[in-house]
Amino acid sequence: MAEVSLSHVSKGFGATQALLDVTLTIPDGAFVVLLGPTGAGKTTTLRLIAGLERPDGGDIVIDGESVVNDTPAQRDVAMVFQQYSLYPHLSVRDNLAFPLRSPVINMPEPEITRRVQAVAEALRIGHKLDNKATALSGGEMQRVSIGRALVRQPRIYLMDEPLSSLDAKLRADLRVELKRIHAELGATFLYVTHDQIEAMTMATHVGVLDQGRLVQFGTPRQIYEDPVSSYVASRLGQPRITLLPAGSFGHGAPAGAVQMGLRPEHILIGEGQPATVRRVERLGDQTRLHLAFGPHEIVTLADPHTLLGTGDTIAICPQNPLWFDAGGNRI
Amino acid sequence: MSAYSVTEPSRASKSIAAVLVVVYAIITLLPLLWIISTGFKSGPDSISYPPRVLFEPSLEGYVNLFTTRTRIGAEQFAALPPPETWYDKIVRQSGTVIAGQSRFGERFMNSVIIGFGSTALSIFLGTLAAYAFSRFKVPLKDDLLFFILSTRMMPPIAVAIPIYLMYRELGLSDTHLGMILLYTAVNISLAVWLLKGFIDEIPREYEEAALIDGYTRFQAFRKVVLPQAATGIASTAIFCLIFAWNEYAFAVLLTSGNAQTAPPFIPTIIGVGGQDWPAVAAGATLFLLPVMIFTILLRKHLLRGITFGAVRK
Repeated sequence: MAEVSLSHVSKGFGATQALLDVTLTIPDGAFVVLLGPTGAGKTTTLRLIAGLERPDGGDIVIDGESVVNDTPAQRDVAMVFQQYSLYPHLSVRDNLAFPLRSPVINMPEPEITRRVQAVAEALRIGHKLDNKATALSGGEMQRVSIGRALVRQPRIYLMDEPLSSLDAKLRADLRVELKRIHAELGATFLYVTHDQIEAMTMATHVGVLDQGRLVQFGTPRQIYEDPVSSYVASRLGQPRITLLPAGSFGHGAPAGAVQMGLRPEHILIGEGQPATVRRVERLGDQTRLHLAFGPHEIVTLADPHTLLGTGDTIAICPQNPLWFDAGGNRI
Repeated sequence: MSAYSVTEPSRASKSIAAVLVVVYAIITLLPLLWIISTGFKSGPDSISYPPRVLFEPSLEGYVNLFTTRTRIGAEQFAALPPPETWYDKIVRQSGTVIAGQSRFGERFMNSVIIGFGSTALSIFLGTLAAYAFSRFKVPLKDDLLFFILSTRMMPPIAVAIPIYLMYRELGLSDTHLGMILLYTAVNISLAVWLLKGFIDEIPREYEEAALIDGYTRFQAFRKVVLPQAATGIASTAIFCLIFAWNEYAFAVLLTSGNAQTAPPFIPTIIGVGGQDWPAVAAGATLFLLPVMIFTILLRKHLLRGITFGAVRK
């Protein structure tokens, strides 16, 4: 387990700049989640740390030593890919044992058997050990590839949307399982996801990438409650933050504010200005209201048992909204 | 009434397809069957008209293929002790005696050495080159690949004379090594292009996973890429072997006493003691076997290719 830090790392692929001057420290034992839309540079960050790509500039340090000239094998990292994860010509058992049989680790067979069994049981694939990798369902395949990372004790676990292809129940189970492994091993994780729940529940730190730049790094609460820009604010929150012109509710905007950001908790229902209910989405544990407010649409939450229906008019007013300037930066 | 299905062919169309396949198989296999049966005919049966479909099988063709025979005077022939072996007996029936071994066995072995040797070398070099072209940034990659392909654009025999002169200078004429190198040079373009196609299909993520799992690039190639390229390697090997095995023109031109392969040898059988069609047919039959066996042995890999791929898409 180790601290991993990137300093001023840049990487381009032809004309596209995948990462630009990224400086980031992943503390020892942290669970860092990278957020950002497709193309923001999340996967590139993982591949640079793994050694599958060479940075154009900057330094990558693991455990106090620069690794930019090391091969992936020398870096002692484990990575779970989003797909194409298993060696199709090997059985599940051999897939899991593959890293342990590498010349770098070269573990004795009895120890390999023991470890593989333990990991397989933790991921509930023990009964599939002798199956061909190709004979598994998508969820099982992905559990095996997570298992292949877990049989080792690498300095850092790199995971590229490992749960995105799984069904909701399995995703929830594995989320808990990964969190447990993180807590038990004290391992360092760098984890890429689009999923807000994964980010909020598993992360100790969240990094938000925008077109190759790291725009904010902090705890999940900081990212959610104290975003530096409207871009960061849009990354987290379900329903997403609503951005309105600063003067939508009249007075109250600070100097320079161009936009106001309203999360559901920033909208007080029952007083203020009228809005029309366009649609009511009952999700069970929450009920979302799509409101027409003048020319704008606002999505907010209501009491799960609300009696409101389409066409009703309610009064809303903002409460401590987030303010952003013309460049989208927080005021 | 059964429901109409778009994916499942109807019973009638299945039967039609089966009939067509069987008819096609008979048409293509008939010449082959004729050659195999001619190999077991006696000399007169092989040239009788109308042709004989049913005949008394004889090993005369095979015996003649492996021996040279000579005709001796009648009183000498009568004075011979009784034949010692079954093949002596067969030869005596046509009024001749065995003078020695023919060179067929030797030529056949030459074919095996040169055919399999050049196939192995083509596959070895072709796989490494195809992997490099598929995975690495090779300067002038497209031009190099085109150059490799362009060696196939004219008939190889067009360069026969330069190669003949070159081989004479280098002392490669009529040597096994010379023929292996020559057939490899012809086959390598095919091997590189075919194998590059197969390796391109293998996602890089597999090797990248192996690199992170602690393996070197070469170990990842050996343990992850090669097993998955087995299908491609098997089919490429079959193509290479078929070319090297059947090649005639260069073999006639460049080999004689030492490294001559079977294709230029078989026609010479005709000249030995009249038109010995059963012997020619026997030689052709034996000549067919290695490629057939090789293909059957590799069939497992060819079929496995279809069920391959732990790919989530």
